[in-house]
This record gives sequence, C-alpha cells and structure tokens, in this order.
Amino acid sequence: MLNLILAGVGGQGTVLASKLLAQAAINRGLDVRTAETIGMAQRGGSVTSHVRIGQDLYSPLVALDTADIILGMEPSEALRCLPYLKKGGSIVVSSKFIKPFTASLPGSTYEENLIWQCLGDHCKNISVIDGGKICDACGSTKVLNIALLGAASNLRQLNLTLVDLEKAVQEILPQKIHSINLQALNLGAQSARKGETAL
Amino acid sequence: MNEVLLTGNEAIARGFWEAGGRFVSAYPGTPSTEITENAAKYAEIIAEWAPNEKVAMEAVIGASIGGVRTLVAMKHVGLNVAADPLFTVAYTGVNGGLVIVSADDPGMHSSQNEQDNRYYGRAAKVPVLEPSDSQEALDFTKEAFTISEAFDTPVILRLTTRVAHSQSLVKVGDRLEFALKEYHKDPAKYVMIPANARRRHVVVEKRLADLQKYNNTSVSNQVEYTRSDIGIICSGIIYQYVKEVIPEANILKIGMSFPLPEDLIREFASKVKELYVIEELEPFMEEKIKSMGIAVKGREVFSPLGEIFPANIARVLLGEKADAIQETPDIPGRPPVMCAGCPHRAVFYLFNKLKLTVSGDIGCYTLACLPPLSSIDTTICMGASIGVAHGLEKAQGREFSHKTVAVLGESTFIHSGITGLINVAYNQSAVTTVILDNRITAMTGHQHNPASGFNAKGEPAPALDLPKLVKACGIEHVAVVDPFNLPALENALKEAMSFDGPSVIITKRPCILLDKKKQDTPFKVDEDACIGCKICLRIGCPALGLRGKKAFIEPSQCVGCGLCENICPRGAIQNPVQKGDIQ
Repeated sequence: MLNLILAGVGGQGTVLASKLLAQAAINRGLDVRTAETIGMAQRGGSVTSHVRIGQDLYSPLVALDTADIILGMEPSEALRCLPYLKKGGSIVVSSKFIKPFTASLPGSTYEENLIWQCLGDHCKNISVIDGGKICDACGSTKVLNIALLGAASNLRQLNLTLVDLEKAVQEILPQKIHSINLQALNLGAQSARKGETAL
Repeated sequence: MNEVLLTGNEAIARGFWEAGGRFVSAYPGTPSTEITENAAKYAEIIAEWAPNEKVAMEAVIGASIGGVRTLVAMKHVGLNVAADPLFTVAYTGVNGGLVIVSADDPGMHSSQNEQDNRYYGRAAKVPVLEPSDSQEALDFTKEAFTISEAFDTPVILRLTTRVAHSQSLVKVGDRLEFALKEYHKDPAKYVMIPANARRRHVVVEKRLADLQKYNNTSVSNQVEYTRSDIGIICSGIIYQYVKEVIPEANILKIGMSFPLPEDLIREFASKVKELYVIEELEPFMEEKIKSMGIAVKGREVFSPLGEIFPANIARVLLGEKADAIQETPDIPGRPPVMCAGCPHRAVFYLFNKLKLTVSGDIGCYTLACLPPLSSIDTTICMGASIGVAHGLEKAQGREFSHKTVAVLGESTFIHSGITGLINVAYNQSAVTTVILDNRITAMTGHQHNPASGFNAKGEPAPALDLPKLVKACGIEHVAVVDPFNLPALENALKEAMSFDGPSVIITKRPCILLDKKKQDTPFKVDEDACIGCKICLRIGCPALGLRGKKAFIEPSQCVGCGLCENICPRGAIQNPVQKGDIQ
C-alpha cells in the first residue's frame, strides 16, 4: 500500500500528475484510487490530490499521518499537507515559491526560511528540486508537475520506475507534447539523483 | 472485460452510454459538470447545455415522454431550480427511463450551502440511489434506468463530491441498443390537471410501497456479516471509509436510500449488538430507522457539519486519534483568486473605489468579496443579484439605488437573472445591473452557453444578443464597454448610476484563459519611480506583490492586461511593448 499526497496551486497540474501515477500503477497490475480537487482549481487556490496505490483499496482519501510521499509543487503547499505525512515519509518539493496574494495583505507573514525549517524539522528525507530551472530547460512552465514525478521515481517507496512513468506519459498525453514531458521527467530524475538543491 | 480508471462523473457518462442513453441536458455546476462534458464525447448521445436546470429537467421530461433513455445532471442547488418539474414528473412517471443526477457537496468545496438532496427523493416520492465509487456510479446508472422503466418513475442518482471527483478502476461494457419507444398521447398520465393528478397521486403512493418492498431484495444493497458486535448502516462514500477504518464491523451498505429497505434493516439490526448509522450531512436514514423503533446511534456521535472523514469514524468507533504533525507555522491561506488579467477585476476595483453597495451573484467574480477588493455585499444564489438590488431599493428608497449595483456574469444572467431584470423594468426601480460578459461559463471550467456562439458539442450555435435582449426587457439605458478601458468603464458606471431608471452595463471581454489576443508580455515596475504606496495592490492581482518596499510584478504570472499601469499614481508600471507594436 502506497499513499501519496500531491500538493500545489490551481493550474500547476496536480490532477494530471495523479492521473499519470495512477496509470503507471495500473500498468503494473495494481489497484488505484484517487481523490481530486476539481472545479475552482483554475483560480490559483490550494489544490490537493490524494493517490492510493496497492491492493484491496477502499477510501480514495489518504488519512492523516499515513502518506508515504508528499509531492509538493510549491514549498508552502507541501507544508500545508504535512499532517498527512507519516513518520519516516518522504517529501519531493519544488524550490520555487508562489506567494499567495494573502501574503501581501497587512498583518501577513510568509517567511520562506521558516517554511524550509519546518519541513526539515518533520521530514528527514526531502528532495528539493529546482523546478524553475527544469522548466526553463524544457521551455515551458507547465512541466513542473512532470519534473516532480521524475524526481519521485528515485524514491524506493514509490515502486514505480522512470520507465513506468515514461510509458504513462506516452499513453496519456497527446503525442505532440511527449518529447518535452519526457525531457522534464528525465531532468527531474537526474536532478534528484545528483541531490541538487536550491537551498 | 476492460478495466479503466474513471472519476465517478466519467463513470456515470459511460453508464449512461452503456444503458443506451440518447439525450442529456444540464447546466454546469461543481461537482456535476463533467458528467455532461463526458457524455458529449459519445456520438450516440445528444448532449446539451441548457440555460438553467429547470429547462434541462423539462427537456429530459420531454425526451422521456418521447421514448428515449435520458439523463439530467446538476449540482445540489441546481435541483432547487428544477424542483418544480421534478415534483410533477414524479406524478406523470416516464416513458423512456429518466435519471436525475444530483451531485451534493458536503464540505462546500465549491458551493453556497450543503443541503442534503436525499430529502428531495422523500419529498417528491422518487427513489434515490447512492453509489460509493466509480464502478457503482456506472452500475447504479444502469440500474437506475431499469428501475425507472420497471416502476414508471424518475430516479435520483445522488452523488457527493468525493464520489464524483474520485477515480477508481471500472469494468466497462458495451452499449445496449435501446430501441426508441413509441409515443402515445396519454393525457390522463401526462396532463396534470387536478382531476388527473388526483388519480396519479394514488399511483405514486402504490409505486412507493412497491419500491420499498423491492428494495429489500435489491442488488444495490449489500450485507456483510462478521463476528463483531458492531453493526454499521451506511451509504455512498462512507462505505469506503468504513471498510478502510473498521473492516471487522458488520455492514449494511445501502444502495437505495429512499425508500429504505425496512425488512433488511430490521434483520440486520436484530443480529448486531451495537448499531450505528453513519451519514454525511442530514440524519436522513437515521430518522427513518429510529421511527421504526430501532435503537441506533448516529447524529449524537457524528457532526452534521461538513464532510465525515475516515479519521472521524476511527475516533468515534475505535477511539483512535491520528498522531499527525500539528506544530506547523501559521502560513497565510491560499484561497482561489481571480486570475491575473481577469476582465472582472477592473469592475470590482471601481465598485470599491466608488464605495458602491454591490448585490453579487454566483461565478468566479464572487471571489471579489475577499480582500483586498472586498466589494460584494450579498451573494445568495444563481441570478439573485438583480432581485436583491431591487428589494434593497424598496426598503431603503430610490436614492439608495444611485449607489447600488447588481452584478452577475452573462451565463448567470441567462440562467435566472433575466427574470430579475424584467422585474426591475416592470416595477421601475433605478437598479443598475452590470453583466460581466466573458463569453463563457468560466467558474465550472469553461462550458459554452447561449451567448458564447457554440453548443455543448463545440459546434457553432446562434449567440444571444445581450444588448438587444435587455432593451427588449424594457431597459432604456444600456451601455457596452471594454473592462480593460478603465476610464470608459468608470464613465459608463457613473452615467448609469445617475440615470433615474433601470440601467444595464455590459462589460465585454473574453475570459483571460481563453483570450487569444491577449498581450502576454509581462509589465515591469520602474523601481526608481515606485514610491511603495501599495495602491496597485488594491486590485488583488496574483501577479503583483512587494519585493522589499517596492511593487514587484511576477513575470511568469503577468499577462499584460494593464490595469495596474492605469491606477499607478506615479506611472511606475510600464508596458515593455510599445503601443505601436501590437495590432
């Protein structure tokens, strides 16, 4: 049984990322259940996808304190989902902050250092991915979700390989965007292997 | 058999297709929208967006009488709009099977209330089926058509957000070729004058008794006995949570929650020591079970507020509390915001600047109630803005209308705002109505509507002429402006507000996410010119923030709409594209 939380900002492609993970798992003969945030998602709010992979699954929701992996498309969104992370779980997170508008309102604090510190305090296994750099290399801001999937493929817990994810990309995405997404997937995997961090 | 991963909504569309469904009509509403979007992908299905849920319901009633299998889908509050035809089609019954999907939203992920629509089943005397995952969404859709035709009744298929928007594997099958039924003129069945309706009411009561009896043996219910003392009665997504949290319990999973299978419940209750009913929102099954004289715990241990999560069930039944991380720093929330470049933003900025009382409505623009725009006074339901503004004038006097506006999107206006506007013209209040025409039903994810020029299948369709329409309603003062032209918008607004009679302003500009002509080159802040006055932050643009004490534009977010350039008092915000460069 593998529990994942995908956390991001509406428009970053969490729903697609969860679809790709699900497809890769199905190809391995595993059962999958997911729960998505669909609807107001385009309006830049917090978005969470729950993905459960294994056998004899019932609930599509990941329970608190049971997530093996949090995939954070943005550091503060990963932080928001921290209560889902189980002891010994892993976090793969993009280093690029997207300040919520509320952070500019009077009386708000949004301290990047504090966010990193708290993530580090609660999780010993964090891969920080320079998602912005990978997006630049691929020439699209839309592949951050795919780059994070690539990075996650290095985690032994995930039990899905880079090849599994490549196959899912080819099955689910339209052909004309295969190459750019495969590139993002591989750059994500490489970056996590090298232990590159933006910290 | 082929297994595919589907959301509950995709599975319903598939189930409808497999059941030989021919016609679907709907008005978009989270979490029901994707049912119709996916049904539209099948060539055999005629799929339509209707102006509102009532029209959609009436259209499917016609299709049912006309002899095809037909489905109407809506969010929970949509069924309020369609309630009038619902209560009478319950009397007439059907010809081709008729299924009404009601997608309820416990927790209000994207809704203005969390009503429990199973009560509509009870009130209208129509059976209610509740699937618990995508496989059941498909199976129950097909079962609903069988029940509809066997018992001559419309059937409500009640979803919640977690079923509609969760994915699980589904065994899919082939399409049943459902032959068109003959159309018979049958006024005793389909003309509900009192004399006929009295006779039909007798049929309805008999039908309900038959359905109740049938439900005791319906395959949609499932009993699982174990050695535990605990017995749990549940339906929908709660079944999945119970299986996850306390698999050792005895479970009576209810597939048809109205009318309840009373014999089955009595038998189950007699075999367990401690009986619980777990249901989100209202104690719908619990009330009935208690009225049968059965002791059961429900509402006293589970809250009627919001969703029930697996953790709630674990806490009540197992006394377990999740050992989750709690000591995280307090970071600002990230509510949804109007997109950078949203054509609505300037309108609400001006409302705020001119200190207007704003009677709001349902759409992306409802987000303008949040800081810093903070410019909406009321939001009730689809189309309510105009009626509420009219009533404000009746209470506060005519002068009040000169500083009050009603505001709504074009899709909401067509849905049910137009009757409010006719009321304003007819009863002569000085209400100014602003129709935000962004050429699409945006909030639910870009569905076409009667003003967009395309239909649900994406084919060209006649586009409603809004200025002509509002003039025909009796509105003399009508202006059409581009909301990106701030001075023109402000002038139009001031003129309309001072006009002593009903007036309409139509702001016309496509949703920025669909605007193919948008500039897309981000603006820049001249840091030497910026005095850090923060006036630009008043528009609540997600591309704008502070870096140190100066304004900063995030280039990956800015689409170059130019609103901030217009309001900066120091001219510190610059368009890198020379005016002559763009056509």
